[in-house]
Amino acid sequence: MKPARFAYQRAATTEHVLEALHRSGGEARVIAGGQSLVPMLNMRLARPALLVDIMHVAALSHVDDDGARLIIGAGVRQRDLEMRHDTAARQPLLAMALPWLGHVQTRSRGTVCGSIAHADPSAELPLVLTALRGEVHLRSRRRARRLPAEAFFTGMMVTARAEDELIEAVSVPAVRPGTGYAFREISRRHGDFAIAAFAAVADEKELRLAIGGVAETPKARVLPTDQGLDDALDTFAWNLEARDDLHASARYRRELVRRIGREVVLAAIRDREARALKEAT
Amino acid sequence: MSRQAPAVLDAGQRHPVRFTLNGRKAGGEAEPRMLLHDFLRHVLGATGTHVGCEHGICGACTVQIDGAPARACLTLAVQADGAEIRTVEGLALAPDRLSALQEAFRAHHGLQCGFCTPGILMSLDALLRERPDCGEAEIRETLSGHLCRCTGYTPIVKAALAAAEALRVPHHA
Repeated sequence: MKPARFAYQRAATTEHVLEALHRSGGEARVIAGGQSLVPMLNMRLARPALLVDIMHVAALSHVDDDGARLIIGAGVRQRDLEMRHDTAARQPLLAMALPWLGHVQTRSRGTVCGSIAHADPSAELPLVLTALRGEVHLRSRRRARRLPAEAFFTGMMVTARAEDELIEAVSVPAVRPGTGYAFREISRRHGDFAIAAFAAVADEKELRLAIGGVAETPKARVLPTDQGLDDALDTFAWNLEARDDLHASARYRRELVRRIGREVVLAAIRDREARALKEAT
Repeated sequence: MSRQAPAVLDAGQRHPVRFTLNGRKAGGEAEPRMLLHDFLRHVLGATGTHVGCEHGICGACTVQIDGAPARACLTLAVQADGAEIRTVEGLALAPDRLSALQEAFRAHHGLQCGFCTPGILMSLDALLRERPDCGEAEIRETLSGHLCRCTGYTPIVKAALAAAEALRVPHHA
């Protein structure tokens, strides 16, 4: 499998990227680590006329932390974020999920924003972004805007990004006192795409569970912490409109939502209690 | 840094690509669409890197790019311009002297047909360098990025553990 022909431009500044996207009339694609895009090129599911390589744009390669939010630039590789000593302290859910992305051999090249742009319904980062109420920072020559994850992911591998827009960064709230997190993925082998993946955030106000791999995009619900939890999970399971595929039946996926979903929200509550204890001492 | 937009490498034309291959300068010409493994094999004649699925699943084409294991089939040759590439040809200490990892694969029957072996060696070589104290769990996690249909992985894990041990004891290395 070889890609169809395309031209290639190695951008040096964000302006170069935006200019190329603006001029191409939708025929250009951004390439970062290439771990989602190159398989699509090889299988000729994507046939862009121009690839704009953003990995040499210094301004896009930062992780910024303004105290409240972690802002991850478009050039930040998954493995670099995983290996940063402070990722777990700044946003535990991100650190929990990163080892589950593909394999070390793909995380070494793949970027955080690239996985968000690809928007595979069973990918971990779109799920984490949804669970955390993260935002996608989009920029074109016309405008800059930020979209909440749930508005950005509009369908299976479909997003609200316009053709001339670059995902400049994604941002997630930094860890907050009194908040607990949990992540779990069910797949046949480590590194496979998830049959179902779960990310939960529990704080003093609410218990939020996001699920990937079942519906066409990651979906999040606020769940009750009392006796109503099982009923709420059952409703959530049916609302996801799971489908049968090669990897699992719809029924099996609904059962995962009920059982593993419950375990994951309870794990997030336990994590919250453990963190509160640590904060108190 | 120039404010002028960088050159567009035309589709269908070949463009110079230069990088360091196993410590030596290497170069040739590639169309933008040429994958790194094809550039290694067909342009540079470095056929040690094998080609399997060509969509990032099987791990046969794994090489090291700037020190990290990566899929050559998910990298364009033009993206690798200026990088440090290491392939299986760079592992042996001399033509008649295998590396500790290669020697362990031989001793522990870590390969049979040998198709997946170059990629596995490049991943494990990076792991052993980064984590000399790694155990079976880390080795298995690294191997999850590779498919082998001959050995069933157990001899590969044994070979990797033996190589880690040999590298920790200097006179073996």
